[in-house]
Amino acid sequence: MTQFLSLLVNGISLGTIYALIALGFVIIFKASEVVNFAHGSLLLLGAYTIAVTADDLGFVGAALLGIVVTAVAALIIERLIINQLRGAPVISLAIVTIGVDIIILTDLIRRIGSDILNVPHPWAGDFIRAGGVGISVNRGVAMLVAAVLIGLFFLAFKYSSWGVAMRASAEDGETAALMGIRQGQVSALAWVVAGALAAVAALFLVGSPTPGVSPAVYTVALAAFPAAILGGLDSTGGALVGGLLIGVAETMAAGYQDEMLFLGRGFGSVVPYIVMLLVLLVRPSGLFGTKELTRV
Amino acid sequence: MLRIDSLRVTYGGAVQAVRGVTMEVPDGKVVAVLGSNGAGKSTLLRTISGTLSLHRGRVEEGTVRLDDVDLVRRDPGKIVRLGVVQVPEGRRIFSRLSVEENLRAGGLSSRDKAAKAKALQRVHDLFPVLKERGSQRGGLLSGGEQQMLAIGRALMTSPKLLLLDEPSLGLAPRIIGQIGEVIAEINRQGTSVLLVEQNATMALGVADLAYVLDVGEVSLSGDARELSQTDEVQRLYLGHGSETPQEERLTTGPRKTLSRWTA
Repeated sequence: MTQFLSLLVNGISLGTIYALIALGFVIIFKASEVVNFAHGSLLLLGAYTIAVTADDLGFVGAALLGIVVTAVAALIIERLIINQLRGAPVISLAIVTIGVDIIILTDLIRRIGSDILNVPHPWAGDFIRAGGVGISVNRGVAMLVAAVLIGLFFLAFKYSSWGVAMRASAEDGETAALMGIRQGQVSALAWVVAGALAAVAALFLVGSPTPGVSPAVYTVALAAFPAAILGGLDSTGGALVGGLLIGVAETMAAGYQDEMLFLGRGFGSVVPYIVMLLVLLVRPSGLFGTKELTRV
Repeated sequence: MLRIDSLRVTYGGAVQAVRGVTMEVPDGKVVAVLGSNGAGKSTLLRTISGTLSLHRGRVEEGTVRLDDVDLVRRDPGKIVRLGVVQVPEGRRIFSRLSVEENLRAGGLSSRDKAAKAKALQRVHDLFPVLKERGSQRGGLLSGGEQQMLAIGRALMTSPKLLLLDEPSLGLAPRIIGQIGEVIAEINRQGTSVLLVEQNATMALGVADLAYVLDVGEVSLSGDARELSQTDEVQRLYLGHGSETPQEERLTTGPRKTLSRWTA
């Protein structure tokens, strides 16, 4: 039972990190109608920036710089490429983002090499325990920060002018334009927010129990794609639920792998995709997705 | 005043939708544009609102001027800020947003809070039902209410000139009458109106001036009342003097269907 609770808490904390990534993925899709496959390498860019500047700037400075750099990188992709291709088919845009992803990722892998860059989190590898239930401080802080950010995001999405503009232009871009809503602005802001959220996710994703920044972080970030897709690619609520679901399922599968040895070791990292496939078999447009949407 | 001068618009570089149209919307007037499907009515409005490029359309020749400002190739947001706003065909309300949020979306182009509060008051006075149903999703309104919401949303920009693309489309005759009254009232409050319609009875009833478009060209124009007396308009648009009685024409003629029905 304590093992179950432990896994559940850890799964939820991993899930909130996934949710941050998936939320960015979803708002980019809503605002620009782009499935952004460059999201994983944006996240790695954030992690890399934090790791290489932490010695000079300290942890907080590096974290802030990482968030800014990632947000600006996302903005540059939007302004230079996506905005120029407005109106192009969804598939072409998706392939363009795969190209961008390959460019950023290749360069980052070259820079990181075979090292594992350490990010000096102030809480290092500390652990909190209550009874038999334990979680690394890093993941605990992640859960709190993510909860606050996600809460703020949903408030802004519901009540701010940006939120209304975003939802209006996601529903009917031409009419939103007729009302004077500037889609360029809405879309640019969505990329900035998504980039910043990805960097925050990166900050915690490279802390305990993960050893540090290595190209493998990219693979971990990829698990947020099934989270966004199973939630319904155009649903922010779906991104949250999908993130939590994937986080818990993955952690459980990893934690109980001794009981499920017939599946082999390392089964946990496959689970996100299996969960996604199972959900899509039953609900092809995701848990909360709009029916008419192009399916992935 | 909005002045369109020898305007020529093509789609995809080939199809000529508007061929040399010249027309004027004087300040404070209601101007009706009549014409059947494919006459170039919607193209005209897209040109004024700056959304032609979304449909791969292009202005080949001519000007569209609001007072002294050329509107051709301007960004739609800029045109709204200059005071020209469109109520698109088929209403196109944001059906997943609440009524309140729809109105808010209409006011997003301006930062002037006082003007927005005034505009919202005006919309609520014109359409009390939008206040009652403020928190409902737009998609749950009836067709007539959706049309009111679409007009209200546009009025949130405090426009000088309101463009209406077939507001009567798909509505019951009684509701069409109400829409006509609303247009007259909006105009009385000082907003010029350019009304594109297939329903000539309603359009000529509220308009001061009218133009008849035929395959991209102006075939008739003039004072709305005088125009409604001419044989051609009587025969083609008002259904008088033809062999078939009006009721029958209404039911047997090819009716345009709504491209988007969300209620």
